[in-house]
Amino acid sequence: MTTLAVLEQRDGVLRKISHEVVTAAQRLGGSVEAVVCAAAPVQGADQAAKFGADKIVTLTNPAFAKYAPEACAQALADRAKQGGYRTIVFAASATGKDLGPRVAAKLGVGVAADLTDLVTDGDALLVTRPVYAGKALLKVKVRSQPAVASLRPNVFTPVERPKAGAAETVAVNVLAGRVTVREIKAAPAGTLDVAEAQIIISGGRGLKEPANFKVLEELARAFGGRAAVGASRAVVDAGWRAHADQVGQTGKTVSPSLYIAVGISGAIQHLAGMRTSKVIVAINKDKDAPIFKVADYGVVGDLFEIVPRLTEEIRKLHG
Amino acid sequence: MKIAVCIKRVPDSETRVKIAADGKSLDEAGIKFVLNPYDEFAVEEALRRKEQAGAGEVAVICLGPAAAQETIRTALAMGADRGVLLQADKIPIDPFETAKLIAAELKGATWDLILFGRMAIDDYNTQVGPLVAELLGLPCVTAVSHLDIEGTKGVAEREIEGGIEVVEFPLPAVLTADKGLNEPRYPALKGIMAAKKKPLEVKPVQPGPGTLEIVALTPPPDRKEGKIVGEGAGAVGELVRLLREEAKVL
Repeated sequence: MTTLAVLEQRDGVLRKISHEVVTAAQRLGGSVEAVVCAAAPVQGADQAAKFGADKIVTLTNPAFAKYAPEACAQALADRAKQGGYRTIVFAASATGKDLGPRVAAKLGVGVAADLTDLVTDGDALLVTRPVYAGKALLKVKVRSQPAVASLRPNVFTPVERPKAGAAETVAVNVLAGRVTVREIKAAPAGTLDVAEAQIIISGGRGLKEPANFKVLEELARAFGGRAAVGASRAVVDAGWRAHADQVGQTGKTVSPSLYIAVGISGAIQHLAGMRTSKVIVAINKDKDAPIFKVADYGVVGDLFEIVPRLTEEIRKLHG
Repeated sequence: MKIAVCIKRVPDSETRVKIAADGKSLDEAGIKFVLNPYDEFAVEEALRRKEQAGAGEVAVICLGPAAAQETIRTALAMGADRGVLLQADKIPIDPFETAKLIAAELKGATWDLILFGRMAIDDYNTQVGPLVAELLGLPCVTAVSHLDIEGTKGVAEREIEGGIEVVEFPLPAVLTADKGLNEPRYPALKGIMAAKKKPLEVKPVQPGPGTLEIVALTPPPDRKEGKIVGEGAGAVGELVRLLREEAKVL
């Protein structure tokens, strides 16, 4: 039984989320074949071996220099049809959410999407996915052959299980496709995306005005590049912060190791986006705010006194 | 511009989730259902495109139970011209079955644009749009937060981790709408009155069995009881100690 783990690259460099995909794939038992679409050899692709890939296949085509949805989908579907894989695993990242369904449809199946758990169950795959804004978990048996799955980012912590990782490069002959990425407008250098950050400090209406987000940005900086600043829907709708930073139902779903909610009351739409965080800290002046019900640790009081003190303490820790 | 918008009836996100006696589904008693919020962006975009073109049609297609007529009427009240309900007692758990039914309905006409919401807020499947695009052989861009159309050429922007992807595509195409694409209008009273008279066709459909089987619907595991560390800046020292020694995240 072989699982096909679909890796991601950007600008010729393997994306870290690929480690999670390989980690989840090897949990299914059997062997893991990692595959990545690229224009040229991918820097860091060999790392997939460290997390359990028996084989690492680079499918090359000039169209793959930027994300080419139709060409990648065709190349992966072709590979899947030849390989007889039991399961095909994607990350439920921006790219994986776009690519997974395209590949699945070509194989005549749907995607078991945004999973927080998956295990082999006899001939089937048993998966768990949060539904209804995280207020329930749906356990589903996937009987399709192959099963196509996508994994919620930051849930499957990469575990090192070194394997051979025999490298193979295959030039594939596919059409470039009708849908093409013209450019990527990158976020300013040094900004970490909330979807990928290990630590998130989110602010809400309690910040009072947009300029005050600088206290959160200072705290994020104190964590030395591991933290991103997120936002509640209220402050995004008010135009204080970009939609890219929004955590919650109409924003991003995140699962960082540490989530610090500052001046956020904790509406259900916000909780939907962050309740799978490993540790939640809430800082709010209202001791009855619903955010304290999901928080592991709460501090009640004025965020403009508490956050700068926290920043100092974190700076001390990081020397 | 001839535009189809595919919408879904979903429980309001404020809904208190109660699991039905079968342990596999939502107890729908007393639940308020709404038009999926991401689909509102899709409906709004369709209306704006039609208004800009000065002519055309916006058709709303929904797979769901008889009660989903109400959801279609919401879109008609916003300004869509007609509705089609693909009526099934239950929305299939397998999104590929949903996609097949919607694709079969869309095949009956030619469309300049087929719009979906990026995802439904109940099942988070995030895929019926691209599945339908594949079944129809149409170009597709997902999670569109900005859109320019000139003749039969489109340029869309979509948020990715750490940036924005600028994507070019030809029409006709399938697009899924993300927040930021527009600001959906509220149906005006006049629109609500007019919606009652707009055509709404009901077509019974029989979803296939699919390859997904629900094992259980359960409440999420309770988060370990949290604690209030203290009040004010004086509690920060203890907070940091707990994060280091107890939670081990620093």
